[in-house]
Amino acid sequence: MHEAKARLDAQVREIVEWHFNPETGCPFWLEFATKLDWDPRSEIHSFEDLKKFPPFEDEWLRGGPVRRWLPKGFEGRPLFTFETGGTTGVPKSRLAIEDFRIDYEMFSDTLPDEYFPRGANWLMLGPSGPRRLRLAVEHLCQHRGGICFCVDLDPRWVIKLIKMGELAALEKYKAHVIEQAITILEAGHDIRCMFTTPKLLESLAEELENRGTSVKAAGITGIFAGGTEFTPQYTRFAMEELLGTGVYLTPTYGNTLMGLACSKPVTPDDGYKITYFAPQPRAAIEVVAFDDADRVVEYGETGRVRLTTLTRETFIPGFLERDEGERERPCDLYPWDGVSGVRPFRKLAAQTTVGVY
Amino acid sequence: MAILNIPILRWGQPYTSLDTEDVVHFVTGETLARVSQANTGLLGRDMRLSERARQVLTEIPISELIATMKKAGDLYLNATLSMGDGAQTPDDFARQQSASTGLPEHMCKANMSKNHFVLSNMDKILDALTRGLDLNILTRGYGIESRGVMVSYQAQSPVLGLVLPSNSPGVHTLWLPVIPMQVGLLLKPGPQEPWTPYRMTAAFTQAGVPKEAIAIYPGYGEMGAEVVRRSNRTMIFGGLPTVERYRGDPRVQVHGPGFSKIMLGDDVVDDWEKYIDIMVDSVFLNSGRGCINCSGVWASRHTREIAQALAERMGPVEPKPPEDPEAKLAAFTVPGAARAIWNSIESGLGEAGVEHVTGKFGSRLVEKQRCGYLRPVVIHCDSPDKTLSNTEFMFPFVSVVRCTQNEMIRRIGPTLVASAITNDEQFQRQLMDATHIDRLNLGPVPTIQLDWLQPHEGNIVEFLFRPRAFQSRLEKVAV
Repeated sequence: MHEAKARLDAQVREIVEWHFNPETGCPFWLEFATKLDWDPRSEIHSFEDLKKFPPFEDEWLRGGPVRRWLPKGFEGRPLFTFETGGTTGVPKSRLAIEDFRIDYEMFSDTLPDEYFPRGANWLMLGPSGPRRLRLAVEHLCQHRGGICFCVDLDPRWVIKLIKMGELAALEKYKAHVIEQAITILEAGHDIRCMFTTPKLLESLAEELENRGTSVKAAGITGIFAGGTEFTPQYTRFAMEELLGTGVYLTPTYGNTLMGLACSKPVTPDDGYKITYFAPQPRAAIEVVAFDDADRVVEYGETGRVRLTTLTRETFIPGFLERDEGERERPCDLYPWDGVSGVRPFRKLAAQTTVGVY
Repeated sequence: MAILNIPILRWGQPYTSLDTEDVVHFVTGETLARVSQANTGLLGRDMRLSERARQVLTEIPISELIATMKKAGDLYLNATLSMGDGAQTPDDFARQQSASTGLPEHMCKANMSKNHFVLSNMDKILDALTRGLDLNILTRGYGIESRGVMVSYQAQSPVLGLVLPSNSPGVHTLWLPVIPMQVGLLLKPGPQEPWTPYRMTAAFTQAGVPKEAIAIYPGYGEMGAEVVRRSNRTMIFGGLPTVERYRGDPRVQVHGPGFSKIMLGDDVVDDWEKYIDIMVDSVFLNSGRGCINCSGVWASRHTREIAQALAERMGPVEPKPPEDPEAKLAAFTVPGAARAIWNSIESGLGEAGVEHVTGKFGSRLVEKQRCGYLRPVVIHCDSPDKTLSNTEFMFPFVSVVRCTQNEMIRRIGPTLVASAITNDEQFQRQLMDATHIDRLNLGPVPTIQLDWLQPHEGNIVEFLFRPRAFQSRLEKVAV
């Protein structure tokens, strides 16, 4: 744990130095620093010191020019921009170069080869378009030696249909997405692994059963799932009733800003409890008090998820996520704090529409 | 008392979820039950067995199911029945239902009697709702009715989905005729009222209804929508947004606010004092919670005096503990609900021409540690244009509205129960023709008076069975 903390502090120092150095930093943070009456490069030495920054506002990520987030040290490199939100209004954007590849290669190391065989082909049954997830899953598959098959899925349209109360159209769209998936699965591509969301997994399994087959019979052995809230009950239901033995399901928690938080293996013995750990030191998760974002709650207590991203491509200190959960103790595999029971932040949940994806 | 653990019932099979919600006593905060919460996928998978629910019921003659209902009614009213991992006496039931819904215990017991009455008179009720149909025709799907004509009735769904409310135990009478019509039940209880669905199911199965015919899926908000999505026929209870969401969907029967009213014709309004008892009963009984409770008294004159008289009768009423046999008011057990309603009323009171007549009887909002009460509110509106002139809240609230008789029918808006006190035949004719009035009472009939032999907000037989043309020349057809 001490070693992990030391690595985190070292990462903080390196990243702050990079982003606030006029030779390497990005316009946004260099300009930001001119408005501070202190110098981040000389005053930030540890993760705790990041509290000196004011809370990161997600509004800063909306709109252009998106190059204001490009560190000078990376000028000339091919750039991606990934979006989050955007059902209405301007989406939040994050520039990326290699981060998504690095994050998913790290995640790849956590996947058991028995269920996610090297060289196996994948199906990406999740959101397409300007999302990091689409390319990241494809890279994960390629990194493991496979080819990734994809479907079209526009989550913004899904959320609009829900908000408009167009439930029949929503059902048709979901059926359209599942139809694409089953067509690929039945087309002889030898697909063994997939990414999907909890709701789409449910729909896929149901439709396959309606056709007299199953996820397992379709050849799938490993499922990496995420995108929306995962509960222990859902996981149990999926393992016991949708998948059965022989199909491995790994829940994840991630977004465009953070990358991917992995879960400890989920087992019946542990009540299907899902505990996520951030890919530290490239990102860190804290569970903080609802009324004081700088106070980490005690282990087992509930709080809001606060995310810090610490890569040379992106520096986001203390971003308050739209989720809450319970603070969890470090474990052997991940010797830093985790978070369990992640669910939409109660004060925002009433205003949030969660789509099928 | 030990906490009851109440499982999901998957066509009779108990299933304990990893997600649970506590049902707590609104006065003491004591946890009464821990109810398993279903994820929507469970329902999706189990719907594959919905056909079986009807199949096992059609194997039992309707006449036998009707007798079973009578037995079940007696068990429900008098027996100690299983409830989750424990047992429940009738007194426990009333206490627990009161403790989580806020309804006084004696009102819970009165609702038990209503349910018992319906179960005990199922033969008469089905005879009335089917207009004397030979009930075997519902089983067989066709047959010759008493006037010698071939008729056919086709079940539109093997099960009826029900998305039930938390706060109005009186509504359960509506789904009791479903099982004897050989249609299964798919119940989603209200979060604070798991008691009736589970107790009724225990009574039904003990009386002989196959357990495969009934499923219960407690759940969070999305479960209600999932029931509607999955079942070809659903009865759902909710507020105006729910009504709007499912309006025009033939698969869904929505029960929302009633906006029930008493209308006084110009020919009788000068004798308004004769009808004050009816008005008070209509507004006040059952703590004003039902959609059939009156929320508006409309007349062309004397409205201020009427409001004053109603206020004198109801204004002094104060909350009493739920076990007090004299308790007349139900508590709002959802935190903040009573205050939110009062704030909404208060914002309308500032409008010119709106007068709060019960104000002089003290504060209406009474907040306790874990609940809130609203004492009866009488408002006077000098025209139907006022925001509060056509509003409904789940406590004894009534707007007395001044409106000419000529305008009255047009201005009342959708009205579940209209009790029109008038001998004016032309006015009566207009009332008969008004399609936005559902249940019409002509004469001094309280809005809350029910006739169990008449349909409520749509005939459930017509909702579940479609009459259709049917001809047969087969020498032998399925029996």
